[in-house]
Amino acid sequence: MTQIRDIAVKVRSKNAGPFWVTIDIFCGSEPAFDQIVKSLSTDRVASLFQCEVKTIKRFDIPSLNVVKFSFPRPHIQGAVSDRDMHGAAWAPLLAELDLN
Amino acid sequence: MTRVLIPSGALGLGYDADALARGIALGVDLIAIDGGSTDSGPSYLGRGVSKYARASTKLEWQGLILARAKAGCPLVIGTAGTCGSDSMVDWLVEITQEILKEQGLSAKIATVKSEQPALRVTDALVAGTISALPAAPEISADIVNGCSHIVALAGIEQISAALQTGADIIIAGRTTDTAIIAALPIMNGINPGPAWHGAKIGECGALCATNPQSGVITVDFDNDGFTITPLAEGAHATPHTVSAHMLYENTDPFILYEPGGHLDVTDAQYTALDDTRVRVTGSIWHPSTRYTVKLEGARVAGYQSIIMVLVRDAHYVENIQKWCDDIIAKHCEKACARLTLTPDDFSVELRIIGQNATLGEIETRESTLAEVGVLAIVTAADQETAGNIAKLLNPYLLHHPLTQLEEQPTFAFPFSPAEIDRGAIYEFVLNHVMVLDDPMDAFVLTVLP
Repeated sequence: MTQIRDIAVKVRSKNAGPFWVTIDIFCGSEPAFDQIVKSLSTDRVASLFQCEVKTIKRFDIPSLNVVKFSFPRPHIQGAVSDRDMHGAAWAPLLAELDLN
Repeated sequence: MTRVLIPSGALGLGYDADALARGIALGVDLIAIDGGSTDSGPSYLGRGVSKYARASTKLEWQGLILARAKAGCPLVIGTAGTCGSDSMVDWLVEITQEILKEQGLSAKIATVKSEQPALRVTDALVAGTISALPAAPEISADIVNGCSHIVALAGIEQISAALQTGADIIIAGRTTDTAIIAALPIMNGINPGPAWHGAKIGECGALCATNPQSGVITVDFDNDGFTITPLAEGAHATPHTVSAHMLYENTDPFILYEPGGHLDVTDAQYTALDDTRVRVTGSIWHPSTRYTVKLEGARVAGYQSIIMVLVRDAHYVENIQKWCDDIIAKHCEKACARLTLTPDDFSVELRIIGQNATLGEIETRESTLAEVGVLAIVTAADQETAGNIAKLLNPYLLHHPLTQLEEQPTFAFPFSPAEIDRGAIYEFVLNHVMVLDDPMDAFVLTVLP
């Protein structure tokens, strides 16, 4: 089974302010970009992160071979229940997702 | 043309001194550096303190003050001391005066303070001039009044006002990362589209180039566009590194909201001038009808004590979740009884390091581990209570058996005392904008004598 990390150059996640997280998949090439765009639905991303699909902003950016997702943090940055101050750990979870 | 030099993404991260000297030799109109952001969490704004050591801040700031003296241009810092509170502006002023004295230099200093009295914000709430941004929490006058610090993010108007005083060094409280860079080109009459876009690309220094830790870049602004030049040996900007920087810490890679309008880079063109420099054109600025500034506020969310325990016994590693659940239930009962509390008065979390401490319920990977760490986090209304709850947790984490049938186990505490008091913890409570009739209404500009 192919995972996103097997064909993408880099997946990173970071806060976009204290209330949002943003994840960038740097696909690195047009074929990898096409494959990821085709086989990674926003529904699957929502299910992976257990958030509502309508809260996810998705950007497929062919000029950069990048797929980007932004969504509200499930816990506000630094809240008692927050586990990840900089929003670093969403990236490896997505990178390990099997592509259909 | 207006040339702005950006030494690095933040004061405290370090910069390449040779690259800085090369930049100054080229001739620059402004040196601009960011001093912080919310990215390190709410404690810094909550307490009004810097995340960086004073010694690092002083050393790096001194290098920039000396570079400024050589260049004969203004030096501006935004979001002084990580959070941009008034206390941090005063802190950096003190460091600046120390440096000037030690170096036998003189300079005219102006400050822009961004801190907001709670009354201004609660009045604005009543007047209906505060709006929630997407994913903002609910707010009320009580929440606003409970904040230990509230800051508003200054834009180019406040920085321009400071530049117009003829100050050599401008120390600003909270500003947008971009405003300190965009203010001068816009003041010089340059089209705000390229000015804001170049500022956004440049705000993290060489993060928009290869070798991002080298820091120093220049942005040359003109009416049609801007040119990015990284100055460290071996650092190159390419259309890819430059355009990709719009992705960084932005929910939308094409639109950027700022006080007074928004930037749209959907149709921007990125062109390599050579193997180091990139030229960008086609960025558009859309002014808004109302002038708004974003607010940030932090308040105390409780007091914490933590304990870390390491579990190496394979039987317990295999059953760690059950062990934790059992401890939580037994400890809660005991804490309520002995400290006369109800379960709503405090929270105890046991995060299993090695299993799902970073991602919690959404973790998808399972693996066999040699050991796990258990991070116990106790949160209560005051430190004494949090500490006492943690003390009641201590014997469980040290000796709790999975069943009554087994011998009493002992687990590894790395520290004595095992409990660590964390003091007050803070939370961000504002993700809102406030309308201002005049951009200076919520900011205080002072030229120091």
